Amino acid sequence: MSRPRSQAEYLARLVPPSVAGINRRSLLAGAAGTGALLGTGLLAGCGDDSGSGGGSSKDVSLGSNQSDPKPKDVLAKVADGFKTSSGVQVAVNTVDHNTFQENINNYLQGKPDDVFTWFAGYRMRFFAQKGLASDISDVWGKISGYSDAFKKASTGDDGKQYFVPASYYPWAVFYRKSVWQQHGYQVPTTLDQFTALGAQMKKDGLTPIAFADKDGWPAMGTFDILNLRINGYQFHVDLMAGKEAWTSDKVKKVFDTWAGLLPLHQPDSLGRTWQEAAQSLQQKKSGMYLLGLFVGQQFSNDEQSDLDFFTFPEIDPSIGAKALDAPIDGYMMARKPKNEDNARKLMEYFGGKTAADITVKSDPTTLVANTGADVSGYTALQKKAAELVGSATEIAQFLDRDTRPDFASTVMIPAIQQFIKNPKDIDGLTSSIENQKKSIFTD
Amino acid sequence: MSDLPLIQADRAVPPPAATTSTGGRRRRLRLLSRTDRVVITLKVLVPLLLVTAFVWLPALATVVLSGTDWDGIGPLNEIDFVGARNYSDVVNIYPPFVPAIQHNLLWLAVLFVVATPFGMFLAVLLDKELRGSRFYQTALYLPVVLSLALIGFVWQLLYSRDQGLINAVFGSNVDWYGDSSVNIWAVMIASSWRHVGYIMLLYLAGLKGVDPSLREAAAVDGASESRTFFRVVFPVMRPINIIVLVVTVIESLRAFDLVWVVNKGRNGLELISALVTQNVVGEASRIGFGSALATIMLVVSLVFITIYLATVMRENRE
Repeated sequence: MSRPRSQAEYLARLVPPSVAGINRRSLLAGAAGTGALLGTGLLAGCGDDSGSGGGSSKDVSLGSNQSDPKPKDVLAKVADGFKTSSGVQVAVNTVDHNTFQENINNYLQGKPDDVFTWFAGYRMRFFAQKGLASDISDVWGKISGYSDAFKKASTGDDGKQYFVPASYYPWAVFYRKSVWQQHGYQVPTTLDQFTALGAQMKKDGLTPIAFADKDGWPAMGTFDILNLRINGYQFHVDLMAGKEAWTSDKVKKVFDTWAGLLPLHQPDSLGRTWQEAAQSLQQKKSGMYLLGLFVGQQFSNDEQSDLDFFTFPEIDPSIGAKALDAPIDGYMMARKPKNEDNARKLMEYFGGKTAADITVKSDPTTLVANTGADVSGYTALQKKAAELVGSATEIAQFLDRDTRPDFASTVMIPAIQQFIKNPKDIDGLTSSIENQKKSIFTD
Repeated sequence: MSDLPLIQADRAVPPPAATTSTGGRRRRLRLLSRTDRVVITLKVLVPLLLVTAFVWLPALATVVLSGTDWDGIGPLNEIDFVGARNYSDVVNIYPPFVPAIQHNLLWLAVLFVVATPFGMFLAVLLDKELRGSRFYQTALYLPVVLSLALIGFVWQLLYSRDQGLINAVFGSNVDWYGDSSVNIWAVMIASSWRHVGYIMLLYLAGLKGVDPSLREAAAVDGASESRTFFRVVFPVMRPINIIVLVVTVIESLRAFDLVWVVNKGRNGLELISALVTQNVVGEASRIGFGSALATIMLVVSLVFITIYLATVMRENRE
């Protein structure tokens, strides 16, 4: 479920999504066919066979999911930077993004690299709790430039840090300035204004909200933001952790509100990819689109400056509109790194200003997590995105990063698609989710 | 690899006799030299070990795992057994399960009723040595050769709601892949497109092997083309017919790739195999639950295998 994060990844995705998907998954498909009968043991060998070879005291190994050319190149430059500053060679072991994610369980239980790329959220805390990652609180004592929200997002359930953030992207409502100027639209700050704006767009012959959920995850962003606006961040966290009931009135209100907004959404969303929806925004057929910053990848270079966004408007004044989804990517350290000292040094370097500076310089499409970095190269959109996240009181990681992956993929994706198909049966839907949740969140 | 034991089958019978040392049989055994015996033993043992290690043990492991709630993390001795809970969850609270079963059956029905007969029909036509028959043959078989990536690409070009060829040409607005009442048929067409070519080639090979004198005899007797086919050629081709039947059943049970390419087997495209994959492979790691689904799939397959074997054996006895 990778969201493209750079121009290069965007280029890689110029092939239609169905094709882009299969390159990475054809192996998986093959494995699955046999896997159905062969059980699961055989898959265990997939992820960990190319671990770090040497392990001399001058080496440290890094397992990377940055398989696309651009991010891979950036990481190589950061690794070079580390070598110059510390004299330690980083052996980067790059694995295809999806393969990495899908094999993470086996990878971490086998012979993982000393340091590996991962993202903040439930899964990070889960690995920490299972003892599959090392406590790096001492590293956090040495690095600076992170807001409290980022530190919170790097902290495990036991209050210790297990994660060093590197980059992130916010989810917001994107629009084209030229379209809005032409019709004289104003940025809405309440749900009523938002709805009225949508109705006006409809009158003006636009699809108010571009929408796509063929791949199952984009609509999670809509659920998340409504939940954050209606029930607040803490409820989001508890709901995702399985502590709150999906049958509660709070969750029903989220679906209710969404059902009210659905007529403003682009119809037939279940057959559309986010790229196609983003193109409807780019072609000025849609008025706005709630998506991550990567929506810009569907815009040509000279259109970038026409792209703007606002954070989803306030629904409940007592909750406000300060929380948002901004998934954070970064690094974790394996449970027993072969070369612990160097691994800690590398983590510190990753968290430092130098690494962030190298990243900004080499890849102008990322937002780096370290506020100490030199961001003079940011575009206006990047600056605004960084400000938005900087001013956020709480940062959620996105539904599928904030909860158990089995719950997100096998329960929530079908459930949200079911809701989009039939928004009327909210009671049936929520009780079905709750029943499945109880069966999954057992321990 | 698999035909070796078959070739040896008639000679492979004696070795078990070696252990039961009755006099008469021992004499027969001398017909086989030492080398023969070693070779035979190896030829039986190696495939047997392979099949056991790669088919039966994992299948058994799947059945065992289906009684656990293992999430793929932690040592094996920490696995908790939960009895039949996974099965009751599958049936009672897992919404995609029932549609998946229906779709698998629908898949079987469509391949059996539409795609397979059509493939056979094309084979019969191509057997007539039409002009350009080679070209048709290649064109029809091409989908079988194409990689999945390409097939997904081709059909995405046709079916995309906003940018697809079909909607553009007919000015329609059908959400081919997204509308859950339509997409199973859309995918079925794509699937039949592949299946037809496969069956055509199998059947064509069979038709080429039919003794021409049979047809001549039928023609001399004044039988019409269709009568010749149904009364003479079709019965003669019984072995091929059975293969075609088995291939059809297997293809429909293991149908997976196309729905996975389209939307990972969700939203109207649920198939048991896709559900197993969603649950077991990847980050989800609901291994116990997924194994329960896999076991159900195994049982469904066993039903068909049993029917098939029973039929074949009964016919052999007659």
